[in-house]
Amino acid sequence: MDEKILDDIISRYDSPSGRLLGILGEIQNSERYIPRESLDMLAAKLSVPLSQLYSLVTFYSFFSLQPVGDHRVTVCMGTACHVKGAAAILKTLEQLLRLPEGVTEETRSPVTTEDNAFTLEIARCFGACSIAPVLRVDNNLYGYATPDGLPAILEEYGWRKHED
Amino acid sequence: MKIESHAGFINQQRIGLQKLKPDIPRITVGLATCGAAVGGTAIFERLKKSIEEQGLDISLIPTGCIGYCREEPIVTITHPGKPLVLLHKVQEEDTDEILRAVKSGSVPFDKALCQIEAWDHLMGYTINYGEGFEEIPLYEEIPFFGRQHKVILRDTGLINPEDIDEFIAVGGYSAAYLALTGMHPDQVLEEVEKSGLRGRGGAGFPAGLKWRITREKESDIKYIICNGDEGDPGAYMNRNEMESDPHMLIEGMILGAYAIGVQEGLIYIRAEYPLAIKRLKHAIEQAREYGILGPNIFGTAFSFDIQIAIGAGAFVCGESTALIASIEGRTGRPHPRPPRLTDSGLWGKPTDLNNVETWCNVPVIIKNGSDWYTTIGAPNNTGTKVFSLVGDVDKVGLVEVPLGTTLSTIVFDVGNGGADGKQVKAVQTGGPSGGCIPARLFDTTVDYESLNAIGTIMGSGGIVVMDEETDMVDIARYFISFATGESCGKCIPCREGLKHLLLLLNRILAGKGTDADLVTLKDLSETIVATSLCGLGQSAPNPVLTTLAYFREEYEELVRS
Repeated sequence: MDEKILDDIISRYDSPSGRLLGILGEIQNSERYIPRESLDMLAAKLSVPLSQLYSLVTFYSFFSLQPVGDHRVTVCMGTACHVKGAAAILKTLEQLLRLPEGVTEETRSPVTTEDNAFTLEIARCFGACSIAPVLRVDNNLYGYATPDGLPAILEEYGWRKHED
Repeated sequence: MKIESHAGFINQQRIGLQKLKPDIPRITVGLATCGAAVGGTAIFERLKKSIEEQGLDISLIPTGCIGYCREEPIVTITHPGKPLVLLHKVQEEDTDEILRAVKSGSVPFDKALCQIEAWDHLMGYTINYGEGFEEIPLYEEIPFFGRQHKVILRDTGLINPEDIDEFIAVGGYSAAYLALTGMHPDQVLEEVEKSGLRGRGGAGFPAGLKWRITREKESDIKYIICNGDEGDPGAYMNRNEMESDPHMLIEGMILGAYAIGVQEGLIYIRAEYPLAIKRLKHAIEQAREYGILGPNIFGTAFSFDIQIAIGAGAFVCGESTALIASIEGRTGRPHPRPPRLTDSGLWGKPTDLNNVETWCNVPVIIKNGSDWYTTIGAPNNTGTKVFSLVGDVDKVGLVEVPLGTTLSTIVFDVGNGGADGKQVKAVQTGGPSGGCIPARLFDTTVDYESLNAIGTIMGSGGIVVMDEETDMVDIARYFISFATGESCGKCIPCREGLKHLLLLLNRILAGKGTDADLVTLKDLSETIVATSLCGLGQSAPNPVLTTLAYFREEYEELVRS
């Protein structure tokens, strides 16, 4: 991450309230993950121990220390989505994206396809319960999702069915 | 331009009213998160393009959500002097037909859901649209709307949430103007106390009392915070309040700050709500431009400003001490109370923390008085509550009813029962901290005490309906899995206890459970409730305890199979 971009972000936070999470959130949005060198730079610029920043990025699920794929597919696992079949949506996506290990309940960590095209992850709740089940690809929300409708959504992001 | 006089305020209302009721046709598209996602954005863009290309004299405005989510995308049409007509389930292809009808002074009748002749925005302003289009049913005649009582949602879906003038036109900021220019802070505080308003985040603590405790603390700096973390899965009323009527929240906080004697406020919003963040930031900027936030509000001696802090995806941050830790840049791990936030909150200073909807109740209380407010709701449970009615229910949406309304009214009269004609089996209220209530208890009134008595909580207002096909043990497992993932790990009962509850439930669901497991399940749940450090752990076993109490036969069937 360019030092100037980081300086820009930091300059927008003049109040200490909400500052660290706000800055980390902007790094995450800008780089789509939190690069190690950004954490080092931030620690030095703000005189905050690197260990504190590390504890934040590992505690809060919004941050990722690993680069994500070109497109981020997030399945909502909220209650309304659960009763409307979110589990089947997740399972179908794992099959379509050929991610046999899947998003396990224990780790809840995102998984990325071998070609780095897609990262699959789960979210607690988007608060879009009225159109459950819901998934999000990058910044686009898709409501009333069905397993059969998933290939068409993925195709918008360059996914193609495997021939085998 | 800053509003610094009564004349200036009245002038701004006039400007807003011209936008709300222009001399030309006005079309609005519901563009809260859900409406936008199911086609609203495409409809808005297409209408905009056609209006520009054809050079039509039509005002096209984005609004928030009117709450009838199942009927989205919703478009409204208002011809000067005619009723406001709601169109439902509009598709992108319908836009040409809509414009053709509007050009000829009409509306597309086959798309019409209902019409509104006049709308009381409750802040002393009724918008009279007009009469006509007799063949379209009235708003009150639609069961989903007719059984509701809109106080908090009085503006949502009707005004442009990105235009402060429209909010002012329907009486917005008139309570703040009234209070700051003519009421002593004590009077404001007393009105809120007398209103009986209780915390809408779910615990139901009297809001006025919390304000008074904070006011009476000796300190150079104090804070007020709005909790917009809305972490309960299945709940999205706060999102809609922030997206569809952000100035209402700001006005509530101004009144609170004035009553308590605070100059700095914060709104803590979860990162999952980008549109709410965007609209609130915009609303705060507009309020500053008008001199409604910042130094010397309305030209008075009172100064107050609000900033936004964004969460980063941790359910536990809805807990007050964890929320403070998060704002201060630490991991969201709760600490035991006391000290309470009112003693030592943000940066160690006295802090008043209230939920979004609690703040939203304040302007209407100050404008109309506590006597008016206490006529709504039930004794000791005054006012309304907004619920998100979702899951296996026919009419999905946001429902606002007086406290004391029965679950049956909400699920059957407003929601029209199960989706696809299926039987409703249970509802789950209060998110992961709440419980599952069987249909036979639907005569229970929705108020803080009655819900507690049957093992659940009001919570922030999510009501997830479950039909006859729902496996209740799986639901219990779902919530325990959620809570296990969101436990901060600080105390053992929550961190380890929930993990073992999950293992037990997995074993039972796999058909390998025993009768002894059911005993352990209950004992362990009760231990976690009794010994956890914060509200997350203390309430996390509720879904297990209520399903064990009300749907025990489903557990037994699995154990004996």
